[in-house]
This record gives sequence, C-alpha cells and structure tokens, in this order.
Amino acid sequence: MKWSEFFVTGEPLIYAADVAIVLTVIGIVFVLTYFKKWKWLWDEWLTTVDHKKIGVMYIISAVLMLFRGGVDALLMRAQLTAPNMKFLNSEHYNEIFTTHGTIMILFMAMPFIIGLMNIVVPLQIGARDVAYPYLNALSFWLFFVGAMLFNISFVIGGSPNAGWTSYFPLAGNEFSPGVGNNYYAVALQISGIGTLMTGINFLVTILKMRAPGMTLMRMPMFTWTILITCVLIIFAFPVLTVALALMTFDRLFDTQFFTMANGGMSMLWANLFWIWGHPEVYIVILPSFGIFSEVVSTFARKRLFGYKAMVYSIVGIAFLSFIVWVHHFFTMGAGAAVNSVFSITTMAIAVPTGVKIFNWLFTLRKGKIRFTTAMLWSLAFIPNFVIGGVTGVMLAMAAADYQYHNSYFLIAHFHYVLIAGTVFACFAGLHYWYPKMFGHILNERLGKWTFWLFMIGFNICFFPMYFLGLMGMTRRMYTYSEGLGWTPLNVVASVGAVLMGIGFIVLCYNIYYSARYGERDMTGDPWDGRTLEWATSSPVAHYNFAITPEVKDLDAYWEMKKSGKGFEIDEEKLKPIHMPSNSGRPFLISIAFFFAGFGLVFKWFWLAIIATIFIALGLILRSFDDDDGYYISVDEIKRTERLSGKGA
Amino acid sequence: MAEAAHQYDETMPLEYRTEESRLNILGFWIFLGAEVVLFATLFATYLVLFQRTGSGPTTSDLFEIKDVMIETLLLLTSSFTCGLAVFEMRRRRLSGLLTWLLVTLLLGAGFITFEIREFIHYVHEGATIQTSAFLSSFFVLVGTHGAHVSLGICWMILIIIQLLQRGFTPRTARKVFIVSLYWHFLDVVWIFIFTLVYLTGMVM
Repeated sequence: MKWSEFFVTGEPLIYAADVAIVLTVIGIVFVLTYFKKWKWLWDEWLTTVDHKKIGVMYIISAVLMLFRGGVDALLMRAQLTAPNMKFLNSEHYNEIFTTHGTIMILFMAMPFIIGLMNIVVPLQIGARDVAYPYLNALSFWLFFVGAMLFNISFVIGGSPNAGWTSYFPLAGNEFSPGVGNNYYAVALQISGIGTLMTGINFLVTILKMRAPGMTLMRMPMFTWTILITCVLIIFAFPVLTVALALMTFDRLFDTQFFTMANGGMSMLWANLFWIWGHPEVYIVILPSFGIFSEVVSTFARKRLFGYKAMVYSIVGIAFLSFIVWVHHFFTMGAGAAVNSVFSITTMAIAVPTGVKIFNWLFTLRKGKIRFTTAMLWSLAFIPNFVIGGVTGVMLAMAAADYQYHNSYFLIAHFHYVLIAGTVFACFAGLHYWYPKMFGHILNERLGKWTFWLFMIGFNICFFPMYFLGLMGMTRRMYTYSEGLGWTPLNVVASVGAVLMGIGFIVLCYNIYYSARYGERDMTGDPWDGRTLEWATSSPVAHYNFAITPEVKDLDAYWEMKKSGKGFEIDEEKLKPIHMPSNSGRPFLISIAFFFAGFGLVFKWFWLAIIATIFIALGLILRSFDDDDGYYISVDEIKRTERLSGKGA
Repeated sequence: MAEAAHQYDETMPLEYRTEESRLNILGFWIFLGAEVVLFATLFATYLVLFQRTGSGPTTSDLFEIKDVMIETLLLLTSSFTCGLAVFEMRRRRLSGLLTWLLVTLLLGAGFITFEIREFIHYVHEGATIQTSAFLSSFFVLVGTHGAHVSLGICWMILIIIQLLQRGFTPRTARKVFIVSLYWHFLDVVWIFIFTLVYLTGMVM
C-alpha cells in the first residue's frame, strides 16, 4: 500500500482537517506539559473506576461527537441548499451521510445517555458505585477507542460510504472496495462490546445494589428506564456483534454470507441489522423518557402521574421493540401478510407511548411549574415528539409506506423522534444534573438562549423536510435540478440547521462561562429535587453516601424533606467505606483493541495478532490481580462531610 | 463492591460467600443470556443459509457421523467431569477438584483436536469457508463454538494455576464455579449444533 492511498488525499476539506487534527494534538500535548498535568490526567481520569468520572468522560466524548456529527450535517445542508451545487461530490457526500448517521446514533446519543446513567443511577438507588467498577472503565475505553477508530477513517484510508445501515450488496467488497467499510464493521464491533458490558453492569447494579427499602416499585423512573434499557442492550447487542462479525468475514475473508453469488443472501444483513437496530432506537429513547419524567416531576413539584402505568408502558415498548423490525424495509418484497403483521405491531407501539405522553401532561396539570432550562427542553419535547410519533404511524401503514419510503418524509420523521426525544433529553439531563457533576449550575440565561435557538432551528430545519419528502425528494441524493421546485424549502431547512449550530456554540460557551462565573451549588439540592441523588453534596463525594440511606417512599428524598429531617448524617454511625482501586489496565487494554482494530481494517494481520496478544496479556494480569480495593477511614469521611456542609 | 467484607455469609457455599462473588456470579448468568442470543443469531443465520450451497457440496455430501459422534462424546463427558470438579470443591477436596478440572481440560482439548481435523478434512475436499453461503455459516457457527471451547481451556489453565498458588479462597472458588457455568453452557450449545447442524444435515 502506498502512502498516498493510506492517507486520504485530493480534498481541500480533508487537508484542512489534517492540519486541524495535528494542531489540536500539539495543543493538547503542549497544555498538558506546560501545566504539568500528565500525572493528573493519568491518576484522576485515565485510571479512574469512579462511575461519576466515567460518566463525565462519556459526556465529554458525546459532545465532541455531536460536534463532528453536526459538522457533517452542516456540510450536507450546504451542499443541498441550492440546486446543482458543486460543494461536495457524490462520493464525498456518501461518506458524510454515512458518518453523520453512525456517529450521531452510536457515538453521540448512546454515550450521552450512558454518561448520564453512569452519573445518576448509582446515586438514585443509594449505591456507592456500580457492580463492576473495573468493567465499567473498560466499557468506557472500548467505546472511546471504537469512536476514535471510526473517526480517523476520514483522514486515514477513507470513510465508510454505504450509509449507516450499510446494506449489502452495496457494502460488500464488490461495490465498496477500499477500507472505509472495514472501519464501520470493526469500530462498531469494539464499541459494541463496551456497550454490552455496560448493559450487564447496570442490570446487576440496579437489581442488587439498591438501598434498603427501595423496592422495584419505589425506584425513580429514570432508574426504571435504565433497567429496561439494559435488558434491551443484552438482547439486542449480541445480534449486532454477529451481524458485524459476518460483515467482517465477508469483507476480509471473502465469505459468502451477504454476497450475490454462491448462495449469499443480502436481505439477511437487512434483517440482522434491524433486529438490533430497532431495539437500538428504544435503547436511546427509553432513558430519555426517564429523564423527562424526573425533570417534569421535579419542576411541576408533583409526584409523577401514573407511575405504575409508566413502568408497564416501558416494559410494553421494550417488548414491542423486538417485533417491528421489518417496518424498516416494507418495500423490499416481504409480501402483504408479513407486512401487515409488522404494520400492526408498529402501530401498537403508539399505545404505550401515548399513555406516557398523557402521564406527563397529567403530572403538569395543576403543578407549580418552574420554567428552568431543563424544564423547557422537557416541555418542548412533548409536542415535537408527538409530531414525530404521528408521522411514524403514517410510515407504519405498509401500503402508504411505498410512497414515503426513503424519502425526506422519513428523514424528517426520525429526526423528530431522535432529536426531540433523545437530544432534547440529553440537554435536559445535562442542565438538570450538571451541579452533581461539577458543583456549579449551568447559566440559566445562556441555557435558555441555547434552548430557543436550537428548538426553533430544529423545527425550521426539519419541518420543511416532511413536505420535501412528499414532493418526491429522496434520501441520500447529493444534488437535484432546479426544475423540481425543491429549492425554497431546502434554503429554509439550511437556515434552521445554522440556528441549531449557533445553539450548540452557545451551549459550549455556557459550559466555559459557568465554569468561571457560574453559581456554585452549596446545598447539593438546587432544584428542590425528589430523588436520592439530591441528598448528596455537589459535586458528589467519591464514596457518594457517607451512610446508606433508608428508603420509605417512591420520592425518597422528598419524603425525608417533608418529614422535616432531610438526609442527616449521624457521625456515630459512620463506618469505614470500602472502595475499588484505580487501574490503568482498562485504558491500556483498549489501546490494544484500537491497534487490533486498525490492523483488521487494513488487513495487517501481524498487527492485529500482536495487539490481540497484548489484550490477552491484560486479561491474564487481571485474572491474577489480587487487589481488594481500600478503605476510606471514618476520620476522612467526617472531614469530607463537614467540608461539604452535610456533616453534623 | 461496597462493604464487601461486611456481607460475608458463612452459611453459603464458598463461592457465594462474599457480596462481590454473588454479584459476579449473577453477572455471569446474565452474560450467558447474551451468549444465548449470540448463538441464536448464528443458528438463525445457519438455518437460513444451509440449503444455499451454490455449486459447493451439500450437508449430506460432507458430514460423517463417526467423527462427530466422537466429538460429541468427548464434550458431553467433559461437562460431566466438570460437574464432578465442582462437587469436589463443595467437599473441599483440592486434589479431587484439580484432577477433575484436568480431566475436563484434556477432554476439551481432545474435542478441539477432532474438530480441527474435521475442518482440515473439509478444506481438503474443497469445502472452504469461501465456497458457499452454507459453508460460510457452517464454519462460523461451529468455529465460534470451537473458539469458545479453546478460550475455556486457556481460562481453566489460569484457574488451575491460581488454585495451586492459593488453594481454596472465596475468590478461587468463585472462579471455578463461573468457569464451570461457562463449560456447561458450551455443552448445551453443542447439543443444538449436533442436532440442528449434523443430524439434520445428514437426513435432509
């Protein structure tokens, strides 16, 4: 392989990106060296097994990926603003919509949600950590190196270009030579392993580590949604593992799974992909429902309406999510009977989802509503998500879907559910739980600016796409001719996209501004919260709770406050707290995974084998590891608690 | 993890005594649930593709009952001896535990040897992983199981070393128990491979 093939060449945009990457790396290395922060980075972050810090790292990665995916989106909008644009060529456009979709779903939405659940779930159930802190660190680093491997594709070797669904035969060697789609198969595989382990970790954590008195039906709604999400992850992700493995075999070893000769069946890929892919969208939407439930209940100052109905609805949605996958390809010849079945199961999802919408509305009814930023995102979610949901039911009608399929109507639909659902929830959760992460509140004024810019921009961007779809504009077309009459609506959509971009910049500025000037959260309970995470100090001590709280009611902390006591720490009752030790091994094993993945992408099997030996070595060392963690002394707990104002 | 030492339960079998062990064993059961889904997907793939042989050999051209029976007997016996190992652990007999683990390991190695011979035989007959969709799915399904068994053998060797170094502790006992769960699981998967791949393949 020549160097000119190894590095992507010939595109001014790519050269600019090369320069930007090199400058950023030099900048980071310089800052860390100049401020002597290498040891801090290693001790506090790279080796940490603390669920809160891991959560923060997930969220930082997710925001970075939101930037990358957002730039992709703006490039696409730039290309589509006017007819016959020459800004991007068709090949480059293919790569950009592929990476946009893949990154936004797998490397932005997933880690944002997983980051929030890392920070919040152990606090909500009154636990000191997750069930397997070491595994949790490994999960994060595997996700992270998977994301990095996927992202370097655009400067080294070339990006995947067969769409985020990577349908065969397009994604096979015959039509997609080169390494781009190898990146897709390998990078997703690595981060998928991390996600599966997160699912197991949090399922055990929630099942086994709840504070005394917290029965299943006293769990906060966010924790409930995570519990069900973990079940979805455990049942859905192995299917992706297999699908990607078969894809890797087809691409690297010329097997015949999805080929067009020798018995291969390309529809098998579509089925496997969506058997994972449909539950996957519920993996990112159910926790979002949980976040909205927490925020709505807190800022309406009311107990969540219809708690039990909410729980049964999530279970129902989770079950249905596994029996609707064919609706992604009604037009691919499954036949009337099969389409009818999947059409009906799809429409059935609207029932439990509708139940939840009404429960949020009834929670708001007669509530003393405070319009904080987190609440604004939650309130905006309801109408916007309903638009996405109703158009979803339109798409679910198999016969009508022959008109909508792969048009901009579909694009508008899934952006309305994924942005108004998941992205709004991530922003709501970020503002809501920010004090727990960093000890200060995100500036509300800037937060509201972000909200209005982004929310209005979102509607301006995506609402016209419904009409563009009905006018015949199809998905993934890189340009169109003037006579089609699509120009005005495309211009409008691009204006909306720019507004969303500005909203994102305001959010980033807000993070910087609030870190410097933001209001410190001295109480640990800035929103007058209802669940146990608000009983801790902000930022949370690394052992979370000095003594394990006792839960007597659904809104555990609210009940403590109502009874007049709050969450008091009786210094007599303090005992030494056992904590797991930090370890650099999850990070190093993941680096080895990166090189193994890189070797597979380029078919440099020697590299893959050497890296795999290092992975095995890491696992063996772990097996022989006798570290039992350490104890935090009572004196140290007292000091920490007094400093935070919680101790007596 | 928290307060692991406070929740030491003397009344439980050794592998269940610490809270950490109880969490790990539950987590491993759930992991096996994920493995069930993984193998179910591979079986589904195989069942969709096994009659799509292209110009390559069909199942009845290829499979021979004798080798497969030997593999089956070796693996099923190894599952039984693995059960005996855990039984000896419950009786706190280290030598018995080590002996049966070693027997399990050797039977597993025998199984893998026969499987590799079988694969080499097929390749010599011109039935490679690239020949047809049927053979791709066959090699990947059976090969994934074989890779699991090989990994299990390496894992068991590590645990035997730890048992020799440290004897019975709650931690080594838990490791033996978990690897035995893994081993029995692979046995169950093999029973499905034997019936759905080999027996079905020979009659159809």
